[in-house]
Amino acid sequence: MEGILRGRVHKYGDNVDTDSIIPGRFLKEMDPKKLAEHTMEGIDPNFVTKVKPGDFVVAGKNFGCGSSREHAPIALRYSGIKAVLAKSFARIFYRNAIDGGHLIPIEIDEKIYEKLSDDDEIEVDVLKGVIRNLTKVEVYNMRPIPELVMEIIKAGGIFMFKRR
Amino acid sequence: MGMTITEKILARASEKRIVSPGDVVFANVDKVMMHDVGGPGVWTVFQELKPIIGEVNKIWDPDRVWLAEDHFVPPIDRQSSENIKILEDFAKKYGIRKHFRYGIGQYGICHTLSYEEALVLPGEVYVGTDSHTNTTGVVGAFAAGLGHTDIAYVLVHGKTWFRVPETLLFRVDGELPSYSTAKDLSLAIIRDIGTDGANYKAMQFSGSAIKAMDIDERATLTNMSTEAGAKNAIIEPDERLLQYLRSRTDSPLKPVYGDENAEFSEIYEINAMTIEPLVAKPYSPGNVSSARELSDVEVDRVYIGSCTGGKLTDLRMAASVLKGRRVKVRTEIVPATQRIYMQALREGLIEIFLQSGALVGAPTCGLCFGGHMGVLRKGEVCISTTNRNFPGRMGDRESRTYLASPLTAAATAVTGKITDPRDLSG
Ligand code: SF4
Repeated sequence: MEGILRGRVHKYGDNVDTDSIIPGRFLKEMDPKKLAEHTMEGIDPNFVTKVKPGDFVVAGKNFGCGSSREHAPIALRYSGIKAVLAKSFARIFYRNAIDGGHLIPIEIDEKIYEKLSDDDEIEVDVLKGVIRNLTKVEVYNMRPIPELVMEIIKAGGIFMFKRR
Repeated sequence: MGMTITEKILARASEKRIVSPGDVVFANVDKVMMHDVGGPGVWTVFQELKPIIGEVNKIWDPDRVWLAEDHFVPPIDRQSSENIKILEDFAKKYGIRKHFRYGIGQYGICHTLSYEEALVLPGEVYVGTDSHTNTTGVVGAFAAGLGHTDIAYVLVHGKTWFRVPETLLFRVDGELPSYSTAKDLSLAIIRDIGTDGANYKAMQFSGSAIKAMDIDERATLTNMSTEAGAKNAIIEPDERLLQYLRSRTDSPLKPVYGDENAEFSEIYEINAMTIEPLVAKPYSPGNVSSARELSDVEVDRVYIGSCTGGKLTDLRMAASVLKGRRVKVRTEIVPATQRIYMQALREGLIEIFLQSGALVGAPTCGLCFGGHMGVLRKGEVCISTTNRNFPGRMGDRESRTYLASPLTAAATAVTGKITDPRDLSG
């Protein structure tokens, strides 16, 4: 796992559902790169043209609600996203992101959500739990990642994780 | 302090005497389900993991795993046909015998099969590759949806981790008025607590109104819990459930019940008498109005089907409205499983549907997730007995889906406008 991530913010609102992240008709698609061509198509058809490797999705509450499709974190991952910062996550998306080793779900408070603007350049120090807004020259704290979850993230996914 | 039924099941499964909400446990899993989207996804995970864990030559317990073909069946194109083949290869390679295949006897939507075929029993820990796996909590099991990597892990190790959820108790007493259904009750609950109102939590349903419901209606409640963000939904077993299961399996039943002094993080008291026919407007299951308030809304399409609204009880409700009437707009009715289809035929429901002018399709998830069976075009308006109405869920992003009970959907089919079933004349 890379401890420090750096990229630009793509900001969305509450309840971004998995149908918005990757529409159901692509669920039979098994090639992750092809899936990635449709990332966020349901909510932002321009997403794939503007996203760069290392960028972040910032969202409101209940990100990833809806179906259990692991296609959602996979599509985000293969479009270059390394972490999603949201006020809260739907539980299956959260698990999929972590256990599949696809991306890091980071919980942030309302205040931080308000401060992060579309296109801000930010740096996220996952281990220290710190977010630096390089555009606005501000520093915020993320909500701590639970211990077990952190261990699975560090291992790179549930299969690599060795239970003590 | 006592434990809820959810806590008791997770305690047993993780070989602990006591668990409390917030604890993270590694639990032994009793049953696993994969469907034709999930199975190929898990297969892909196994291929990708080869460099790390090697070839997976056997799984932990093939007799605890079952497969359902439901989403893209009959296959809609070559890719979905390939996926069905992958599922077959999967079954063969790992010796999975319980495989419900379209065109060979009983098959249909996984969640309905799970209890109709008594594949999951009271007190078990059950996981599946689908977010509505919650549905199966109707048998008093801990049932939760997982992603492909998580299911792959369970297939290899027979375990997974859970954060023990807080339980929200919904105590529903009194009698539901006629023309009000479990679907209306679900929509009322989601309206009141929000689409993330039960996020990470267990929803438990109890009370005299629940006891009075048949198993299909109860399954609507557990099914719709996913739309409130619940981790799992559960109803404690009663004699009606146990009899239902006994008529379907010889396996011994070992029901689990919560302690008298169990602690709930919240208790909601609901008077069933207050529930009226409701509709969720686009684009959220929480965007709820009464059907009467929407009586000006014209629809192009009616869909009666899915794990939420294509069960036998749902078809009976739809038939009670459509009997002797004609549909005014395109109406598709899709039984959730082959067994339901057969029973509907015996009871004369299929004939009522066909006489009304509706189309009856083979069991499948079909239009519920916009996969096939009449995908909505731009601007098209549909009233549906399914569970989700997000943008693009049933087709074009600019189509509009209203969620309702089978009674309201059928009444709407007759008039072409959203219709409270109480207001249907003649
Ligand atoms: S019927 Fe709809 S909600 Fe149910 S399993 Fe199929 S796609 Fe999912």
